[in-house]
Amino acid sequence: MASDDLGTLQRELVPAAGPATVSHGTIVLVLAAAELVTTARRLRDEFGFDLLLDVTAVDWPADELRFEVVHHLYSTRHRVRVRLKTRVGAGNPVVDSLCALYGSAAYMERECHDMYGIVFRGNRDLRPILLYEGFEGHPLRKDYPKLREQPLVAYREG
Amino acid sequence: MDTTTIANPIRTSLGRNAAEGSVIVNIGPSHPATHGTVQIVAELDGEKVLRTDVHCGYLHRGFEKECEDHTWHNLIPYVDRLNYVSPLINDFVYCDAVEQLMGIEITPRCRYLRTLLSEYSRVVDHLTCVAAALMEMGAMTAFLYLVMVRDYMYEHIAALTGARVTHSYGRIGGLARDLPEGWLVRLEEILVQYEEFVGRVHALVDRNRIFIDRLRGVGTITTAEALSLGCTGPLLRSTGVPIDLRKDTPYLAYAELDFDVPVGIQGDNYDRYYIRMREMDESVYMMRQLAQMLPEGPINVDDRRCTFPEKTLVYSQIESLINHFKLVMEGPVVPRGEVYCAHEAPNGELGFYLVSTGGGTPHKVHVRSPSFVHMGAASRMLDGGQLADIVPTFGSINMIGGECDR
Repeated sequence: MASDDLGTLQRELVPAAGPATVSHGTIVLVLAAAELVTTARRLRDEFGFDLLLDVTAVDWPADELRFEVVHHLYSTRHRVRVRLKTRVGAGNPVVDSLCALYGSAAYMERECHDMYGIVFRGNRDLRPILLYEGFEGHPLRKDYPKLREQPLVAYREG
Repeated sequence: MDTTTIANPIRTSLGRNAAEGSVIVNIGPSHPATHGTVQIVAELDGEKVLRTDVHCGYLHRGFEKECEDHTWHNLIPYVDRLNYVSPLINDFVYCDAVEQLMGIEITPRCRYLRTLLSEYSRVVDHLTCVAAALMEMGAMTAFLYLVMVRDYMYEHIAALTGARVTHSYGRIGGLARDLPEGWLVRLEEILVQYEEFVGRVHALVDRNRIFIDRLRGVGTITTAEALSLGCTGPLLRSTGVPIDLRKDTPYLAYAELDFDVPVGIQGDNYDRYYIRMREMDESVYMMRQLAQMLPEGPINVDDRRCTFPEKTLVYSQIESLINHFKLVMEGPVVPRGEVYCAHEAPNGELGFYLVSTGGGTPHKVHVRSPSFVHMGAASRMLDGGQLADIVPTFGSINMIGGECDR
């Protein structure tokens, strides 16, 4: 993206936490949870970010708002990526779903729900996708022990 | 005999609101015609597919969790096992991401070699995909032609990396070893073989009535749908848009190469077959350019933060011994930060999102795998089609379980 495009983004799209920064070629926007859908909609409709590439989260157990929900978007017109970062706490790990904007959100949010227990409000299908029905806990949380086993079929004795 | 029922690992979204007279069948996860452990629950009206519910995860092995417990170097064999059909590309994306975090610029020879090997992997991946897809429709000869050429390539890559499938050849800041004597000569011999056998497959398949009837207008997807569903790679290009990271955001040596981006016409299975065939030709063209351009010089950067010292020095100098020890035991020190790095893998955008807290092990490794995203789009392509078309359509998406389920 040309630097004037970034300038436009920084001028017009200023979230509560401050303007966009650039990190390793990716534009980074830090958002409050309430701003996520409106920002994503503006990015899609006004700035041409037509691909939702990825939804994931990062667990920072020491922080009060420990989950950082991370969305990556790509603009096929400007050929640039943007990263949206939203913090939520463990007590109420809810962010709004981007399902209404991007079809790809449905599956990727399911994975993030599996792995971190983030609830995507508005995604009506948060069934397990990589894990199985009845799996307890969210394995990518830092407090989930790596060696914990949850076999579907009990081990045979002897 | 133990009569306790085993819990169903999935809960399908079908079943409720099933149409009058429809039947719900379960295809997979272990089905001879789906080369991947995927489960498709389909609601059928006769042979017509009304709705599908695609489940993956049967190959989930906690890749991302495991990564958080190992040094940056130790992950290289793991990332090999994501897309195990083109593991070199996984290696190079991962290494590129770590190098960006560390601020390392790889040597020119390494840059060209990685580009050449990426294209080589793309050819291997597409050969596998096309061969399997054709075999599933009964084309055994085409399968054997393509897989034979692929095997020459596997053996040839094994001569370089030491392994046929999981090469572990990338290194942070370089590559495991340089080309052996005569490797490029053998490469040209194989490319000539490739041209002959791919030419035969073109002659067998392209204008074959059976294949056209099976592939044309089947599994169709529009550009708008593909973009909304996050599709990239041949799946997106089959809808007619030339979106390719090698052209759009050039990395490695792609900016210096001459190549075309083949696109389809209507986003159906035939277009995806043909795009893969054409992309392989472009890759071969690029590999020939790269073989000419390949500069001499070192393949590893001279950076003590990531590159292992010479073995002779490890045995003779205390500084090199300590350097080696710390790289093995503590891992390369990657500065605090985060990066998203993506390359154009054979199936679409393969991205690594890495978060470092400044230590020798990652805080988080996330893979944006094209196969997983494409599985989310599969229902759109399967619904409304015929039961028999599930297999070719699924084959044309080329889902790779290791990468999809992680």
